[in-house]
Amino acid sequence: MNAAEIRTEILDILENIAPDEDLTDLKDEVAFREQLELDSMDFLDIVMELRKRHRVQIPEEDYEQLASMGSTVKYLEPILGAESA
Amino acid sequence: MYDTLIIGAGMSGLAAGIRLAYYDQRVCILEQHYSIGGLNSFYHLRGRDYDVGLHAVTNYVSPGTRRGPLARLLKQLRFRWDDFALAPQVGSRIAFPDVQLDFNNDIDLLRSEVAVNFPEERDNFERFLARLIGYDELDHQDFDVSTRQVLADVFTDPLLMEMLLCPVMMYGSARENDLEFGLFCILFRSIFLEGLGRPLAGVRLILRHLVRRFRSLGGELRLRSGVKQICADDGHAVGVVLDNGEEVSGRQILSSAGRVETMRLCGKPPTSVSAPAGKLSLVETVSTLNTPPDQIGCDRTMVFYNDSKQFSWACPSTLCDEHRGVICSPNNFRYDRAVPEGEGVIRVSTLANYDRWQGMSDEEYGLEKIRWYDRLVESAVRFVPDFRSQVIDTDMFTPKTIRRFTCHENGAVYGAPDKQPDGCTHLSNLFLCGADTGLVGIVGAINSGITMANRYCLNPGQK
Repeated sequence: MNAAEIRTEILDILENIAPDEDLTDLKDEVAFREQLELDSMDFLDIVMELRKRHRVQIPEEDYEQLASMGSTVKYLEPILGAESA
Repeated sequence: MYDTLIIGAGMSGLAAGIRLAYYDQRVCILEQHYSIGGLNSFYHLRGRDYDVGLHAVTNYVSPGTRRGPLARLLKQLRFRWDDFALAPQVGSRIAFPDVQLDFNNDIDLLRSEVAVNFPEERDNFERFLARLIGYDELDHQDFDVSTRQVLADVFTDPLLMEMLLCPVMMYGSARENDLEFGLFCILFRSIFLEGLGRPLAGVRLILRHLVRRFRSLGGELRLRSGVKQICADDGHAVGVVLDNGEEVSGRQILSSAGRVETMRLCGKPPTSVSAPAGKLSLVETVSTLNTPPDQIGCDRTMVFYNDSKQFSWACPSTLCDEHRGVICSPNNFRYDRAVPEGEGVIRVSTLANYDRWQGMSDEEYGLEKIRWYDRLVESAVRFVPDFRSQVIDTDMFTPKTIRRFTCHENGAVYGAPDKQPDGCTHLSNLFLCGADTGLVGIVGAINSGITMANRYCLNPGQK
């Protein structure tokens, strides 16, 4: 998956988790917590969805890498880069 | 072999099941009854639909709100706000002799009511609100402090204290006469700072969404499958035995049956349980009217009434408590569609004595239901316009009904007086969810199922 594909995948996960949110104007550099008021339970969902969909194991100390769309894509790129979309 | 067995298909069990099923667990919900919902159930009688538990959903917030218990549960279960279709209340009342406090989903109404009726308490009420807003429920600080003590320190007029305790205790106190200040804060916020709402179709709409989602994710729901025994081996639960003798095994078990009740399923007699079962149960009269209630002046969503200056909340020595209760009309919410024309419903609920209702012969039971329907409605119409000449059908449920639907000992509507917020038990993989973890109301019950499932049954560190 390339960066754009990973971004689309994360958007899909967010759409699932927060179906009431309009994500069209999501800013990549602003924290999810700030834009969507996601809490720790929601971050757990992102981690779990990634594990379910891509068998990605994200250690707890790396959760902070998932703070915003930009940092999430950057973090996942080397991990999911080899996977076909 | 299931990953998780869940005892009870009420709000908390269904919510826990959905969370686990999202993450591909093999989940089975075991429900003793032939229908789902537990305390929050529904039925059809002589051509009409009725709810059992639900008067109003607390924690109402308007669409788009991202914070608070309702927003949390929608996200965790991945529902849209519109799925639950909550309509806000019209307005409710706390009614004592000679004094009334009106409130709605905007705290400013209660503020001004307090200022008008208790002018000398105005500043105290502001300070009190600030303290409630600042209360951190996760911190559990001051949780067990007596609410009566806190109120006595804040207010000078005892009548205002009694009037504030009345709706909060009625809404969710499993304890008699006083409640934990932490629980008071949670309840007060959910009723007054958030608010009351209801879907037009009632509780069945919420349950239908929960059960459909659970099944669509591959979850199994087994009705008429009461659990007779929880089997354990060396401090570890291994499965359950159903009423029909069938054995079902699971890696972990979540029980919404209640604390004492779950211990009993483990073979522990009640005397060995340090925490007692609850004692507070309810009766409810249901009156169907030939008119929408607001047409005859019954325009409040809920009226919490108490016929003296002192509010008491305790198991009555008589069959029912005639001095206080809740009058609720499911018609009086701001639905965006018209309610089916022509009819209305008014429900009156009061505390009742389980032992006395339970100990009667069938014939006595039938007679007492008729007798107490009349007495309770007569008591209630001191606080709302007399609707009795408009009644075209009636029904009534008693502590025996609650016992049948919830399996709670004593028909204890809010469960045990001592809560177990962490849900842990003597078995390493058996956890509680539901009323006895300290969260109350429909939103609280759903959130309790979510929290326990997340905390104990989903482990993100493992494959």
